[in-house]
Amino acid sequence: MRRQNAITGGLFIGLTAFSAILIIAVIIILLVVIINGGKGTFSWEFLTAFPEDGMMKGGIFPAIYGTVLLVLIMSIAAVPFGAITAVYLTEYARENSIIAQSIRFAVRTLATVPSIIFGLFGLGFFIKFVGTGMDDVFLGGQLKWGQPNILWASFTMALLTLPVVIVSVEEAIRAVPRELREASLALGATKWETIKRIVIPGSRSGIMTGTILAVSRGAGEVAPILFTGAAYYLATLPTSLSDQFMNLGYHIYIMATQSANVDESLSIQFATTMVLLLLTFTLNLAAVIIRSRLRRKAR
Amino acid sequence: MKDIKIKTRDLTLYYGANMALNSISLDIPEKEVTAFIGPSGCGKSTFLRTLNRMNDLIDSVRITGEVLVDSVNIYDKQIDVVNLRKKVGMVFQKSNPFAKSIFENVAYGPRINGINKKSDLEGIVESSLQKAFIWEEVKDRLHDSAMGLSGGQQQRMCIARTLAVEPEIILMDEPASALDPISTAKIEELIFELKKDYTIVIVTHNMQQAARVSDLTAFFYLGELIEFGKTRKIFTTPDKKHTEEYITGRFG
Repeated sequence: MRRQNAITGGLFIGLTAFSAILIIAVIIILLVVIINGGKGTFSWEFLTAFPEDGMMKGGIFPAIYGTVLLVLIMSIAAVPFGAITAVYLTEYARENSIIAQSIRFAVRTLATVPSIIFGLFGLGFFIKFVGTGMDDVFLGGQLKWGQPNILWASFTMALLTLPVVIVSVEEAIRAVPRELREASLALGATKWETIKRIVIPGSRSGIMTGTILAVSRGAGEVAPILFTGAAYYLATLPTSLSDQFMNLGYHIYIMATQSANVDESLSIQFATTMVLLLLTFTLNLAAVIIRSRLRRKAR
Repeated sequence: MKDIKIKTRDLTLYYGANMALNSISLDIPEKEVTAFIGPSGCGKSTFLRTLNRMNDLIDSVRITGEVLVDSVNIYDKQIDVVNLRKKVGMVFQKSNPFAKSIFENVAYGPRINGINKKSDLEGIVESSLQKAFIWEEVKDRLHDSAMGLSGGQQQRMCIARTLAVEPEIILMDEPASALDPISTAKIEELIFELKKDYTIVIVTHNMQQAARVSDLTAFFYLGELIEFGKTRKIFTTPDKKHTEEYITGRFG
């Protein structure tokens, strides 16, 4: 009996170690393949120049620019909205009220909707309904907002990342100790003053983390922007919210499926992937650093 | 006999279906220290929290009866609970400084009352910290984080923070239970000073502490008020056998 236990125990340890190593190995192989494939093309020029020669040469600067702009507008739309929803859910709504439960249900559902559905929704709602409506009302039917652009793409992406923001801000707010709220209320603060002065400052690091998680998710998704604003190739950078834009993820997809010579463009695909990974890595790293800074400050 | 500051009449409190306080009627005199003693779960903290309506924060709580502060029923619909809590301050069991500087902690209450002028705030902060016997220890680091203070200092700073709102009544929920003996002695000394100007109600687990600091003592057991009277009498010749058993340590 003893002996058998020891054997099962040993097997279990082996199994857990194997799974852990497997995951690390997959990541290492992934990185090695990507870096190997892209290092020949990756250069300062690649980061800063426009594409040339049917995108077979030159750089990917417009795609980097477009991606950064996309996640920026997306954050401006998603974070305040998500944070306010989270405050409502944690501070105002009663735990088991119908409203709170339906919001939670909606958030959970939103989180499981495939991203291509968001793309179609963005096309149908933002472009065809809101955009065309705006054109009809303000521009007398002249086509400006009723077509794909960076604003609608960002809004669509914001919808996709909203659950991430809501959930992480909610967790951060719940982590603010009850004692601090009570201390504030006992000093004669109203609920809103307590939220404004104690709860939100106390959950800043969580709000920050939620933002950056949303941003790194948004930076990597392609499906939601497929029909709502991403462009195959643009000779100029977007200068208005009604302009289309290039995007790293979309660029990889284009290069892999519709470039003039897929094999020749392989190194560009790898190098673009490197840039995309680097971008999300940097963002995640920034999240970790900001969070630990804020935590240290809170102590 | 001093004036009565707080008066409760048939105060009954339920947590959902469980009765936590059963028809408590009690008169708390002005500018004296009233201690609540009793074993864990006897309702003494719950009762304390009804006096500034901190129980309002819990959804399942239901209250009947009256609590009169200066002869006004604080559970009346017209009562502004925010103003009530300015008048009835509270110090908690675990010191709970905000993640701000010492200055900002003490200035928190005045600030939400609309005092924003720096010189006014400085005056309030200094006098509050002095009243709480901690000014000398912190005057050179007012703008350092309050988290850097020791437990006892944090608790005295929390008392200063309460004083800064200029309450008339201070409720203390086991204010020294997490502190070492020296810090506890300082808090007790402070209570003794504060009762000159404030009505103090203190919940304590520590019977010697109740005997040392209080003028009146109420003994609670299983949500009932068993006995209430002069501290000296409660600790020497209690009327009820139950009280005597608890005080002499035979149970609880």
